[in-house]
Amino acid sequence: MNAGNSATPLGKVRGLGPAGNVGHHWLEERLISVAILLLSLWLIFSLMMLPSLDRHTLAEWLRAPAGAVPMALFVITAFRHGLDGMKVVVDDYVHDDGTRIGLHIVLTMVAIGGAALALFALAKIAFGVPA
Amino acid sequence: MTRSAERPLSPHLTIWKWGPHMLVSILHRLTGGALTVAGLAVLTWWLVAISAGADAYATFAKAAGSPVGLVVLVGLTWSFWQHFFSGLRHLVLDIGAGYELKINRLFSVLTIATALLATAMTWFIILGVGK
Repeated sequence: MNAGNSATPLGKVRGLGPAGNVGHHWLEERLISVAILLLSLWLIFSLMMLPSLDRHTLAEWLRAPAGAVPMALFVITAFRHGLDGMKVVVDDYVHDDGTRIGLHIVLTMVAIGGAALALFALAKIAFGVPA
Repeated sequence: MTRSAERPLSPHLTIWKWGPHMLVSILHRLTGGALTVAGLAVLTWWLVAISAGADAYATFAKAAGSPVGLVVLVGLTWSFWQHFFSGLRHLVLDIGAGYELKINRLFSVLTIATALLATAMTWFIILGVGK
């Protein structure tokens, strides 16, 4: 992080954004946005194309690599994108640094926990004994 | 935060005339929050229910098919499409395009219209194929 004692205006502000490395963070957010754009379209069209939404059909779909792999990517990307968004909301409305960082930690834990649970369930479907 | 008494605050929400751009901006945040909290919860419950067995899936399907469940699912579908098209708009804005007043307004109105249309079409397909 820059101490802000540079001679040029750009040098003074460089590295002083809320996330420190803001350029990289910004680009990463956009990359994840494009990923969730594609993966969510895959999910919604897959659900519309399936002949039925009963458990057997869904389990067969998620047992095949063409179902399980994009679904795993969707779960990871959706939780990450949701976490990024909730952090932005917290950053905008919570001005106390302690509360803000505390909320970031809680949100991160909930997101990782939720994603782990969803991925475990998916693995159980994909690698489990056919019902 | 310190604030000088003789300096006025910038005009805030209560005195701005509402335009489609404001509505879309706020809807992006609201739908993002709904998708993160309710959407990821439903996604995780759904995957866990499929993995847990026929009884667990029957419980999920019963809740999803109840009046409250359908309102939540239709609400999430609309939230998804609104956030999707609004997100596309943001990606266009991120490359520096679409800031002209008329174009900006048009894109805003289009996200609302296409999201409603896509929601109707999604449910038409889900219900219409006779599942």
